[in-house]
Amino acid sequence: MTAMAEVPLWAAIPIALFLLVGAGLTLVGSVGLLRLPRFYERIHAPTLGTSWGTAGILLASMTYFSVTGGRLAVHELLIGAFVTVTTPVTLMLLGRAAVFRDRAEGNPDVPARPPVEPGDDRPAG
Amino acid sequence: MSTTILTLALALAQLALALAMGLAMLRMLHGPRAQDRVLALDALYLDAMLLLVTQGLRTGSPFFFEAALIIAMLGFVATVAMAKFLMRGEVIE
Repeated sequence: MTAMAEVPLWAAIPIALFLLVGAGLTLVGSVGLLRLPRFYERIHAPTLGTSWGTAGILLASMTYFSVTGGRLAVHELLIGAFVTVTTPVTLMLLGRAAVFRDRAEGNPDVPARPPVEPGDDRPAG
Repeated sequence: MSTTILTLALALAQLALALAMGLAMLRMLHGPRAQDRVLALDALYLDAMLLLVTQGLRTGSPFFFEAALIIAMLGFVATVAMAKFLMRGEVIE
């Protein structure tokens, strides 16, 4: 609480704004994760949290520690870069696994496998 | 003045993040299929990471940042391993 009193008002307002935007977007993403009807729609919802949810809270943290520390503190960029790089990888893998499972069970609402043309050496599926 | 603003915003943000964790937990318990549970666990990891960052803001200590970084990495590895398991039935072939 002592360090918080050192933060001037011009820095406290953007910090609070970034915090609220980030946490609010993460909450909206979780509501979408709970409410959306199909898996292929639900997989999009938590990306709200991984994009601007993470960015907002990390920007607030960067601003706060830069102002209270008296020097530029950008080590939160590490988390931001890591989350930005890994989220597409995990969600692509999970989406491919779900498509594979749905096709293996013959569920109706999955797009059919495209026909393999001669000369196309991509792996099927 | 700025203490009031920051305390209020931190409390609201932590409340929203805890609520988001609860909703992700509901989805994880609810299912209905394994990929839903893995997706909910991934969201839960993300929310826990953000909650740790806000806790670091509240206490003003830089050590929560390292915990948050480790949780982010663990979440990535766990989700990739479980997606691989759903796809192939094995993690390491």
